[in-house]
Amino acid sequence: MAYVLLRHREIPDLHKIDVYKKNGGLAAFKNAVTKMTPAEVIDVVKNSGLRGRGGAGFSTGMKWSFIDAKSWPHYIVANADESEPGTFKDREIMESNPLQFLEGLAIGAYAVGAHTAYIYLRGEFWQVADILDAKIAEMEKAGYLGDNLFGTDFSLRIYTHLGAGAYICGEETALLESLEGKRGQPRVRPPFPPSVGLYNKPTIINNVETFTNVPMILANGADWYKSMGTADSAGVKIFSLSGRVRRPGNYELPFGTTFRELIYGEKYGAGVQDSRTVKAIMPAGASSSMIVVNGDDKVLDTPMDYASVRTLRAELGSASVIVLDDTVNINWVINKTIRFFKHESCGKCTPCREGTFWMNKIVQRVSGEDRTQKDLDLLMSVAKQMQGRCLCALGDFSTMAVTTGMERFPEDFQVKQ
Amino acid sequence: MSKQVTITINGKQVQVPEGSGLVEAAKLAGVDIPVFCHHPKLEPAGMCRMCLVEIGRPMIDPKTKEPIIENGAPKIQYLPKLETACTNRVSEGMVVLTQSEKAKSGQYATLEFLLTSHPLDCPICDKGGECSLQDLTMRHGPGKTRFILEEKQHFEKPLPIGDLIYLDRERCIQCSRCIRFQDQIAGESVLGFEDRGRGMQIVSISDPEFDSIFSGNTTDICPVGALTTADFRFGARPWELQSQASICTQCPVGCNLTLNTRREAQAGGEIVVKRVMPRQNEEVNEIWICDKGRFGHHYTESKKRLTKPLIRKDDKLARASWDAAAKLAGENFAAAKKNFVILASGRLANEDLFNLKSLADHAGGTALLYSDMGGGELTQLVGVGAGTNLANIGKGDAILVVASDLYEEAPIWWLRVKQAADRGATLIVANPRETKLDRFATSKIRYEYGEESKAIAELSKKGKVADEFAKAKNAIILFGSEGIGLTGTSALASACATLLQETGHTGRANNGLIGVWQRSNDQGAFEIGFQPEADLDKALKGKAVYIVGADPVGDDPILAKALSGAKFVAAQELLETATTEIADVVFPAQAFTEREGTYTSGERRVQRFYPAVAPKGDSKPDFAITALIAKQMGIILEGSSASVVFDILSHSVDAFAELSYARLAETKPQWPIVGRGDMYYGGTTYENKQGMGIQLIPTAQTEGTVRIPKVRKEAALHPKEKEALAVPVNKLYDLGVMIASAELLEEHIGKATVRMHSSTAQKFGVETGQIVTLNFEGLDGEALAQVDDTVPAGVALVPRSMGLAIHEPLVGSLQLKTQSGKGK
Amino acid sequence: MSLEKTYPKEVKQILAKYPPEGKRSAVMPLLFLAQREEGYITKAAIEDIAQLLDITTTEIDAVITFYTLYHQEKAGKYRVQVCNDLPCALRGADKFLEDLCENLAIKVGETTPDGAITLEAVACLAACNNAPMFQTQGPDGIKYYENMTVAKTMDVIQTLKHAGKEAE
Ligand SMILES: Cc1cc2nc3c(=O)[nH]c(=O)nc-3n(C[C@H](O)[C@H](O)[C@H](O)COP(=O)(O)O)c2cc1C
Ligand code: SF4
Ligand code: FES
Repeated sequence: MAYVLLRHREIPDLHKIDVYKKNGGLAAFKNAVTKMTPAEVIDVVKNSGLRGRGGAGFSTGMKWSFIDAKSWPHYIVANADESEPGTFKDREIMESNPLQFLEGLAIGAYAVGAHTAYIYLRGEFWQVADILDAKIAEMEKAGYLGDNLFGTDFSLRIYTHLGAGAYICGEETALLESLEGKRGQPRVRPPFPPSVGLYNKPTIINNVETFTNVPMILANGADWYKSMGTADSAGVKIFSLSGRVRRPGNYELPFGTTFRELIYGEKYGAGVQDSRTVKAIMPAGASSSMIVVNGDDKVLDTPMDYASVRTLRAELGSASVIVLDDTVNINWVINKTIRFFKHESCGKCTPCREGTFWMNKIVQRVSGEDRTQKDLDLLMSVAKQMQGRCLCALGDFSTMAVTTGMERFPEDFQVKQ
Repeated sequence: MSKQVTITINGKQVQVPEGSGLVEAAKLAGVDIPVFCHHPKLEPAGMCRMCLVEIGRPMIDPKTKEPIIENGAPKIQYLPKLETACTNRVSEGMVVLTQSEKAKSGQYATLEFLLTSHPLDCPICDKGGECSLQDLTMRHGPGKTRFILEEKQHFEKPLPIGDLIYLDRERCIQCSRCIRFQDQIAGESVLGFEDRGRGMQIVSISDPEFDSIFSGNTTDICPVGALTTADFRFGARPWELQSQASICTQCPVGCNLTLNTRREAQAGGEIVVKRVMPRQNEEVNEIWICDKGRFGHHYTESKKRLTKPLIRKDDKLARASWDAAAKLAGENFAAAKKNFVILASGRLANEDLFNLKSLADHAGGTALLYSDMGGGELTQLVGVGAGTNLANIGKGDAILVVASDLYEEAPIWWLRVKQAADRGATLIVANPRETKLDRFATSKIRYEYGEESKAIAELSKKGKVADEFAKAKNAIILFGSEGIGLTGTSALASACATLLQETGHTGRANNGLIGVWQRSNDQGAFEIGFQPEADLDKALKGKAVYIVGADPVGDDPILAKALSGAKFVAAQELLETATTEIADVVFPAQAFTEREGTYTSGERRVQRFYPAVAPKGDSKPDFAITALIAKQMGIILEGSSASVVFDILSHSVDAFAELSYARLAETKPQWPIVGRGDMYYGGTTYENKQGMGIQLIPTAQTEGTVRIPKVRKEAALHPKEKEALAVPVNKLYDLGVMIASAELLEEHIGKATVRMHSSTAQKFGVETGQIVTLNFEGLDGEALAQVDDTVPAGVALVPRSMGLAIHEPLVGSLQLKTQSGKGK
Repeated sequence: MSLEKTYPKEVKQILAKYPPEGKRSAVMPLLFLAQREEGYITKAAIEDIAQLLDITTTEIDAVITFYTLYHQEKAGKYRVQVCNDLPCALRGADKFLEDLCENLAIKVGETTPDGAITLEAVACLAACNNAPMFQTQGPDGIKYYENMTVAKTMDVIQTLKHAGKEAE
């Protein structure tokens, strides 16, 4: 099957504008601006079934249609914060197929009436920002960015903006705060960004991968896109595979591909390191609920789409599949994840600020052999006490591995009698 | 009234205004939802998660757009998660459960989390007894901790984050109320969070730290004991305090205060004022006060307080009886006949001023107001209409501030004017130099010192700013005395009044003229018939002078000279001053904390203050002293009861006709509700139980169009090549008696400075920090030079009441002070 | 020091990205610029940026301390920041970091005696497939080094030390 997103793997030098154009690039953008109304563009995207790739899986076309047409100007923002442990797909897109991403962003801008687009990159992505800046300049030179594009009254500028080291800035309202030059702390919602976003103006925020789908959807049609994947999860997805597999990496596959294929497929993960068995899967990075595998074929044969993964009492999220084999102690895993979330909690709301701090304290005691039942109970209770009460999803994220890990792998939390 | 919606809280149906916040709506319905980060004056933050409740909303049929009805009632849909009440607005049919098991468990969890990081030092915490965390823990919280106390974060106990405010980082619960107050209300973002997660701490790295004159308010809204004032720290426990309503005497705003008092061993068992707190008056100061009002009150306890009458004997002041002192003064005043002059300050209460004016009238003398600002008759004519409330000024309205550095002269007006601009009001700031208000101005008008009346007259012509002002639904002008003296301000007031009348902005609430007076009750003095005098030295020379509440000798060498040539001087004062030093007889007066009376604010609101502590020594209220002296002259004035003086006043002065002490003590329901048991909601500001005061009705409101007297003023001064123009400006923290003796503020007062543009400094060869001698007509003195490029070239700004006797613009020169102390 | 004088072109470019009402957005790029020379942000730079953007120094401090890539204290010329978060740790990052410490004879958080290298452990850098990996933060910005071994890393460090010297 031909690639939809990672096309640079088949087409050498796709990042060069002439190569990109030769392969049909930028035609969809020009066509949209000169021949389609914004509403028509939104309709195609809606009909394609494209869902946001940033984790929440919200319908992209639907989100675009929410943009408040009464308040101006509009902004569009690409979320290139990519900081979830286990996620590294957006970086590959931006480094190797940057023009397709930029084209998607440009089409999005046209669809929602934005004349300014920002790409919010995690602060560590300096080299990526350099690549994008160069590509933006090339597009401008070639007449694809700037004023009155293709002789219409549509104008567009794209700017990169580097964060400075804060996972929370991937949360869209924290991202907006950060982009406004403030501390990256989430905003109260509602209002949602499509009504009140950047500089209090209507703003659409999408993930890099989400945008990268759009040129191909416009070029090939909604039906073509829907023909891939499953009924509830249309199209293809980049699965970032990491952990104890032989070949970690990004793999573009249609939704509905099984875990087994991703982990064991020769072209993909090629099996578990040292030929051990899979103990658990974290399908959405450090924020995942733990999927118990322990060699269970039924689990490995579960298709990877939003609905099916839910039957395993987990979320697919950004599809950052971390594989844990039978040498890994879940106790050690939650020690790592809590440390991460404690470090990344923005501190704005009480349960997350205090909860991650205390969980981190308790989990250290729980890691040792002399753990007590009291500490285990306390850890569980703190985690549960946080769930559903935080201002943004990070708080809940921080508890997922803890509660599911403890509940589903009790053998790793035994108390010495 | 806004549209009402019906919601159900804890099973009770209530009607509340559509769109109001859920916490507010619940409060109206008598249901308290616990909050920490939420404050009714701040934007919702939704961060502490204390207010978690269950919220259900009627399900809407997507086809009919009507609520789905099930079993005869609308079908309610609850979100799976608890929601924060503080970030939700009410809508029709909403169902709220604040006490369900689920809601309670959420609230409990938040409390437990907050307590895990909180030190348990309630027994020594200043906030103990009025702490929201303590209160809510008693009500809803856990009794025991499940955490290991040693693992808590520990910090060095209170550290100053400014010279007036201390921060205890262990107690802080990161609600950000203080940060948001500084940001949203005060417009001075000098507080912030440092770090993130549990490491988050309040900091200020401004220079000086916590650089805001509103800093004290953060201690009122801090829900725990994290922020405390240098004044009150370890001062007393809140439950030991008595409270008494009062009015701030520091500026013409007239902020409502509550004085907290306690018997104090250190003060010899006397009752003393432990702290000054804001008292809610949404029409005057809302729930805020400035730091000068909060910390400046210590002058009333100064060691220099006069406690006994004094009579000059053999060139020395010696203790005397009240009778002897009053007799001496009475005889001299009576003998002087036409040459009897009363010089009184706007620091005095209406009752005092009324008795003084009556005395002058009956004895055939003159009553002069000690001020270099005129225009009081114009605020009486077209002053703001009764019912004016700056909080009602917003979009479509206009405020013009001219010749005033409002931030320094009337901080709470500055704050409220700024908020009006935030709400969308057109704000025009006219001043020869940049002031702090400029940041919020829609338009700025720069004129040259001396051209202020012309600048206002320009606004009656066509032009963008003029049109905006003319078209405004409501318009208010605040005029001050920056750079001008008596005739200048009178002329400016007249120009402003004319503009207001021409544009139809008189005779109604939220329209008219406000004087930014130099003292708290100058407006009252004008109402009672006092007038300032331009040639004061001439008016005093050779006369029998009765000086009340003023220190002309200390302020101005020219006046000192005039008074040394006076026939007789009686001084009535709180404290020893240069004037009492030279007086023939001295009367000790009571401070505003020791007696009752009324003041008239710049917005012409008459407000009562009440005695809170016992009088010092044998001091008496000013009106009573005047009555004693009058008696010696055969004139009968009321001297025993302030309320009786006020009754007579209300029968003699038309503007006061309808007023009485009883009416002034009336209150009405205010919003937000503060000062009750639910301190976590509005903070520790006191509820107003002792009177919100009443605004006087200006002539234009009763009679429509009024004749506005034209005031001519001399032409603006233009200094020559080698000269500079010295102009007076007003400074918040100055050397006036009511502030200089407040120790806490000493550093803020600083030294007298002259500020000038770098080009001016260059011309006179001086640099910042050098001492210069001023040599202007009638003004001699020394001051620190300060280069400041916001000052127009060729101008030297000289602060009033900083030991330099400047009343109006002067032309002259400055010189670097040489070693010998003389100018070169 | 004034950024506008030292980096006139860059400052202009940065400010041009944002609308006038969003001028404050420039604070983060300007802080990176201010950090370029010394590797940390000085008090003077904070005051300079405050003036430039018309915000308070406290507001800037609040931003600096929120993000991990800004520093207010001097460290080694290069910060070597090893990811030892979960995915990298599953592929030996903890051991790699340990070995690195041994080779450099410093602990995590410390600086080599010559002041060239500060070794740090950081959260996930989005290169989980190429563990062990690290980034360097230095005068030339941030660079990734992936699929590393201790030997390869020591080579990189040698080059960095050399580059640091040359620059001086
Ligand atoms: C703590 C947190 C971190 C997030 N990080 C990212 C991220 O790094 N990249 C991203 O695209 N979305 C991230 N999201 C999701 C965004 O908030 C948002 O849903 C997404 O950018 C929307 O784009 P989409 O509709 O294209 O998925 C994060 C959300 C949370 C709560
Ligand atoms: S859940 Fe955590 S990250 Fe999200 S707002 Fe609360 S403290 Fe910040
Ligand atoms: S979250 Fe509602 S009061 Fe703090």
